[in-house]
Amino acid sequence: MIGLFTKIIQTGKRAEALGEAEHATELLGEQLGAAIRKKFQGSLAIREVDAGSCNGCELEIIAANNCYYDLERFGVHFVPSPRFADMLLVTGPVTRNMETALKMTYEATPNPKLVVAAGDCAINCGVFGKDHYAIAGSVADIIPVDAVIHGCPPTPTDIIRGILQAIEA
Amino acid sequence: MTILLVNIAQILLMVLAAPMAAGIVKKMKARMQNRQGAGIFQPYRDLSKLFGKEMVLADHASWIFRAAPYIIFTSTVLAASVVPVIVVDSPFSWTADVIALAGFLAIGTFFTALAGMDIGTVFGGMGASREMTFAALAEPALLMSIFVLSVTAQSTNLSVMIHHILDAGILLKPSIAFALIAMLMVSIVENGRIPVDNPGTHLEVTMIHEAMLLEYSGRHLALIEWATQIKLVLFATLIFDLFFPWGISTAVATSALLIALGLWVFKLMLFFVLLVIMETALAKMRLFEVPQFLSTAFFLALLGMFMHYILEVGAQ
Repeated sequence: MIGLFTKIIQTGKRAEALGEAEHATELLGEQLGAAIRKKFQGSLAIREVDAGSCNGCELEIIAANNCYYDLERFGVHFVPSPRFADMLLVTGPVTRNMETALKMTYEATPNPKLVVAAGDCAINCGVFGKDHYAIAGSVADIIPVDAVIHGCPPTPTDIIRGILQAIEA
Repeated sequence: MTILLVNIAQILLMVLAAPMAAGIVKKMKARMQNRQGAGIFQPYRDLSKLFGKEMVLADHASWIFRAAPYIIFTSTVLAASVVPVIVVDSPFSWTADVIALAGFLAIGTFFTALAGMDIGTVFGGMGASREMTFAALAEPALLMSIFVLSVTAQSTNLSVMIHHILDAGILLKPSIAFALIAMLMVSIVENGRIPVDNPGTHLEVTMIHEAMLLEYSGRHLALIEWATQIKLVLFATLIFDLFFPWGISTAVATSALLIALGLWVFKLMLFFVLLVIMETALAKMRLFEVPQFLSTAFFLALLGMFMHYILEVGAQ
């Protein structure tokens, strides 16, 4: 246990130690924080919905919460229920099994609500293809979408940009 | 008259500062994970947003589901009003003793469990069954650890108990040590902290407390979250009152009240640092080990009681 705490102290705060290439995250984050303060009183709750994703997008969304990107410092937090949420972050092509579940999740979310389709699969079914027998369609075919995030998978910076677009739209 | 005002002020202090306390715990946890984390005022922003948001109710929600958030919030605030924060002998602390305090908390737990079952979702029922299993074991352990001090002070009233401890000087008694450990173990369970429950989890299968709230939205959710935040500060204050009351003001004088306030904040911060270190270092325990954990707490409190009669009664 001592070893753990020594490591924690030696590592220090990593949330701001982004390289030059990732400088965009800082700028985007500030804009995102300002937009959230304006439209959601400084608190944006996101419910992540996996409609049939390969989990690549989920890994990147988890990375957006790690100590490098630290989405939480801009007032964003992920919640365990659509009833707590302001925004649905939907990933993957919508499979037939998840079609009804996605519609119900959308109806269970209180207004005002936003929907972001994250990843190429959510936008146009990506590598899986729209005419696959197990796929009901892209996210926009099932529920109204406010913003899309391109990429397979999108980087955490792309995800932050997409969330910002949805709020400002 | 002044003491009544101070009493009302200390209730407001506990209720209004509770979200900030939750924010400070979250910030400390984020720093332990090498993150910057959200600001300490984030819980206020979350609550104010939720109060203004639309509510989505399930079609078959009964009056219990709609009434539960108000009952939970009111019972928690009532419990908070009984506990002396900065001044002893407050009028409200004379209206109810520790048994009533445990009762107020039990009402909150009971209605949370009822509301969890009301909608009929899988996770609500699961959370309710877990919460009641643990509540049934936690209540006796909580009362038993408080009773160790009650038999010493010959009273179940918090103000009398605080006076007794203040008069007795530093209490280095084995019975008190046992009671303190039992009380800390029960507080972890009652507040749903690691290693018993994880307040930050998103995995429904491992949830205990939050599983019952998954159907709530808008101001209902805000009230329940606020009550949960008050409960954490309430338990911390109760532990200070019973085991470390030094510094609490015995008279209504500005300087004494300010010192009491400062010391309360200091003790609270120290408590949160210990809580955060524990939550960072420990993993969640298996669900089926929690009843054993609580039985241990009850047994330690019982040992404390025996210690009191065996070692301390004759010695006085």
